[in-house]
Amino acid sequence: MLLKELSELNGVSSREEAVRSYLRGRIQDKVESIYTDHLGNLLAVQGSKKPGPKIMLSAHMDEVGLMVVGIDSSGLLKIKPLGGIDERVLLAKRVVIGEQRIPGVIGAKPIHLQEKEEREKPVKLSALFVDIGARDQKEAEEMVQIGDVAAFDVKAEEFGDRLFKGKALDNRVGCAILLHLLEKEYAFPLYYAFTVQEEVGLRGATVAAYGINPDLALVFEGTSAGDLPTAKKHQQSTRLGRGPAITFMDRTVIVNQALLDRLVETANEAQIPFQWREATTGGTEAGAINLTRTGIIAGTLSVPCRYIHSPVSVLSLDDFENTVKLADAFLKSIERKGLPA
Amino acid sequence: MKELIRKLTSISSPSGREEQVRAVIKEEIASSVDEIYEDKLGNLIAVKHGGKTKVLLAAHMDEIGIIVTDIDEQGFLRFGNVGGINPQRLVGQRARFTNGTIGVFGVEKLEENEKLTLSKLYLDIGARSAEEARQKVMVGSVATYYHEFCDLGDRIVAKALDDRIGCAILIEALKRVTKPQNDLYCTFTVQEEVGLRGARTAAFGIEPDYGIAIDVTGTGDTPEAERLAIKLGHGAAIKVKDNSLITHPKVKDLLTGLAVKNKIPYQFEVLPFGGTDSGAIHLTKEGVPSGVISIPCRYLHTPSEMVDMNDVEAAVRLAVAVMETKLD
Repeated sequence: MLLKELSELNGVSSREEAVRSYLRGRIQDKVESIYTDHLGNLLAVQGSKKPGPKIMLSAHMDEVGLMVVGIDSSGLLKIKPLGGIDERVLLAKRVVIGEQRIPGVIGAKPIHLQEKEEREKPVKLSALFVDIGARDQKEAEEMVQIGDVAAFDVKAEEFGDRLFKGKALDNRVGCAILLHLLEKEYAFPLYYAFTVQEEVGLRGATVAAYGINPDLALVFEGTSAGDLPTAKKHQQSTRLGRGPAITFMDRTVIVNQALLDRLVETANEAQIPFQWREATTGGTEAGAINLTRTGIIAGTLSVPCRYIHSPVSVLSLDDFENTVKLADAFLKSIERKGLPA
Repeated sequence: MKELIRKLTSISSPSGREEQVRAVIKEEIASSVDEIYEDKLGNLIAVKHGGKTKVLLAAHMDEIGIIVTDIDEQGFLRFGNVGGINPQRLVGQRARFTNGTIGVFGVEKLEENEKLTLSKLYLDIGARSAEEARQKVMVGSVATYYHEFCDLGDRIVAKALDDRIGCAILIEALKRVTKPQNDLYCTFTVQEEVGLRGARTAAFGIEPDYGIAIDVTGTGDTPEAERLAIKLGHGAAIKVKDNSLITHPKVKDLLTGLAVKNKIPYQFEVLPFGGTDSGAIHLTKEGVPSGVISIPCRYLHTPSEMVDMNDVEAAVRLAVAVMETKLD
């Protein structure tokens, strides 16, 4: 299963090689040209000679993870997060480090040895370390280097009623959507961008959009779903099973009204369910793309994911499929009516 | 000029949804410029030819506001901020949507000493149900403060003087300039309040030789105010520094020299916070020497911002002086 394969690949920000080579292998025979830019974005082009507007579809390959920043004399590794990770979810998780996929566990002082006050507070990142089974610093240094990255070691699988769990669904689900769209044929030039380093500041998309310079860009994402008993309705942002989430505004972009109108009109015409992303926090690559050169109209369609940025998140396969459908219907609307204006 | 300011401040056009104010400005300046166009983000760029040197003069059209994130079953709206909105100042205020719908800000019952955050506030548009509310607004609809313009004599009070006063000054300067000595790119920018966004793409396209923003600044002349050497009625403020920009010495000297030569009252502004469009402009491409003509303004980002018309007049004269001075 595509989503399972993508989820189980490791691509912590700046070390996206495994994801990139997997994607390249899957698409290189299906596109007109494919190249990797200086930052590591994988860029594929279809129909560059076709008339009509130039459209960029973007999904980031990277995921949140940890970087090794020190090796203790005991052989334990000190770590820092890459991207936004809730420190409280790290304890007792399994990780794999570097290209060699060295296994490790995130440890901390056990409950028996903790003072009462320590038990009442969540463990801080500075008190966590990765144990790779090394007996001392020297042995650890033979296995890993400072600067290596650690990804969560999690198997992905379908469960429940059309739900799917796994790590890095933000944003392998976006990569999977792009792979589905690549199977289709459109009447205008399409630029597929599988980008790097989104989780550390929309960096890959910034240079990809500058190079491509499209007339319009659509970004595909996994976004946080807060449909939990602990969140009030107006603080849930998105809910599983209600269809793709459309962003109207977040910390990085206020989406062009004509683009929003077209997305809603398209969803209604094709009878595809959608929901608004009912929050203005967070950001996506649409923010970076929007401010490129003299400005590029950009929007984001997201698949809601529970427990995002943790070792395991949950999405609805129906939402995933409906996001592909809405994107396809939107692209077809450009064939019929041109760009939203 | 007060009538123009009244007209501009009575419009609700928060960041990203500047259509209404753009239409009014376009009509005001159409006969005073050689060329006028909009870019993809919605910046309105008016060109008046006069020389080889390109000068970008920027005033932002957008204002702070709110955006609907949720409509509940009783028809109450929840919202996020568009730009710097202080939740403490909202309760009891009124909001107006771009389609004219009016609402009142209310607050949930707070526990003792509980911090007031935006998520505790709601907007009541008088709807009795979600269905009734949805006939007027939807998730994603935007609104601004709703407050009238007041003429207090030398001083005026209105919402959105940040930065409709800058727009009014740029419009007035365009009408007054008789012998432009530079190619003037008078740009009414979008989305300043959410991160200097419009100025960034506008400057990329224009590639100016100089950038000058016209925007409001804080004052330190009210009771127990934060210490700040800027006073209402003491002239146009020439920015030295804020969080987004250290004014290029060439531009600071130019503005100061023109103020002295033309006997325009001025004061220097060193602002320990905030930023303006020049912050984005000066970092464009290989860099653009930039500065700011500031208008001292009390009660910034509230529904009742106050400026002194003498400072406004000084800013207009300083802008005209820049336009009519041949720059290299």
